[in-house]
Amino acid sequence: MENLIEYAPLLLRGAVTTLSLALAALVMATLLGSLGAVSKISGGRIVRAIVFTYTTLVRGVPDLVLILLIYFGGQRLINLAGKAMGGDYIELSKFWAGVVAIGFIYGAYLTETFRGAYLTVPTGQREAAMSMGMRPQQVLRAVTLPQLIRFALPGYANVWQVLIKSTAVVSVIGLEDLVGLANDAGKSVREPFLFFAAVFFVYLFFTWVSQTIFNAAERRYALKEHGDAV
Amino acid sequence: MRYDLILENWQLFASGMWMTLQLTLLSLAVGFCIALPFGLIRAKSNGFGSKLINAYVYAFRGTPLLVQLYLIYYGLSQFEWVRDSFAWVVLRDAWWCALIAFSLNSGAYATEIIRGAVQSVPEGELEAAKSLGLSPFKVGQLVLIPSALRRALPQYGNEVVFMLHGSVVASIITIQDILGVGRTLNARYYLAYEGFLTAAALYMALAFTLVFIFRQLERRYLGYLKVSR
Repeated sequence: MENLIEYAPLLLRGAVTTLSLALAALVMATLLGSLGAVSKISGGRIVRAIVFTYTTLVRGVPDLVLILLIYFGGQRLINLAGKAMGGDYIELSKFWAGVVAIGFIYGAYLTETFRGAYLTVPTGQREAAMSMGMRPQQVLRAVTLPQLIRFALPGYANVWQVLIKSTAVVSVIGLEDLVGLANDAGKSVREPFLFFAAVFFVYLFFTWVSQTIFNAAERRYALKEHGDAV
Repeated sequence: MRYDLILENWQLFASGMWMTLQLTLLSLAVGFCIALPFGLIRAKSNGFGSKLINAYVYAFRGTPLLVQLYLIYYGLSQFEWVRDSFAWVVLRDAWWCALIAFSLNSGAYATEIIRGAVQSVPEGELEAAKSLGLSPFKVGQLVLIPSALRRALPQYGNEVVFMLHGSVVASIITIQDILGVGRTLNARYYLAYEGFLTAAALYMALAFTLVFIFRQLERRYLGYLKVSR
């Protein structure tokens, strides 16, 4: 137990790395997901085919395979390019390799989430808004977007909960995140169970806090029944 | 791309594929055996047992599979009484640890799926069975469980693919599954694309086969619930 207290600052640093990685990946996934959903809804045939290939292929491949592919494959690509240009050896950032891989994977899931939410908003509402003389941006801001957020939130929360757990495998390429640091520390003081149990509870804490936040957000965007306290 | 090296090592990939399938399907089977009673208890009672099961489900769904695997494979060896016990034969073996971790993980997810499915069986179906004079046990056996399992199919199909994808962490504790073979190629020849792209393609093929199988099962067992358009 003393060992755990002694290593607490180290584990805290790891937890911060894990959380930053998850949040950066979420930002990337959200951007990709929005872009993908917009393309799927209103893109031309070629754009739609590209997005379809992206969402279908990515959802068939496990996260760790893609992380290793991007990290080792990207490293080799950079080395080849560097050699061709006569540059020095460049080391790929483990953190950003993880962000790109995880963001890329969950962008595919969010594409489907956003597209589904958009399709749930009845077309009649947009038409009604337009018939009242609202411009397209106004329709988007006042009618479509608020409801889109409402319909997308449960799926979005779900993707985040899966995403934050999948950050654990980035430790495999040697990133000093919560799992990686706990692994090293636990081995060096010969108390691996204690350290992994600590990691276990930190992740449980993360998912619990996320659940609380998303529940509050879902209440905030829920349909207000007549007579409900706002 | 060195296709010749992929072809040269096809036996490695075939055995990796067998390892992945074996681990995934066995874990799903054990997980299902955990989940069926647990899911029924969760759906039908609110007592202490149900709360205990909920704690298990919450803990295993709220943490990464990798951490669960490390906890069992590396963690348990910390205790001398574990190393001295008869269970050590099993617990020092990477394959068994992976099977235990995956089964517990899948059991937790499947419990939640079955709980939801049992609760979604319409009350009328059960009342109709009761009105025909079936005993509570027979209602469960002939009506509730079959009907709930049908309704669980779509979500359980997702869980199956999720487990297939989750099983890649076995390669981290040296098991030669599909990704394990890919990593071996990367380490041996420094061939990132050949190993990992082949692994990605194989996982994709397996995932799509499973999705296809479940779609057929849904059509067969859930077709009557689909609104015809």
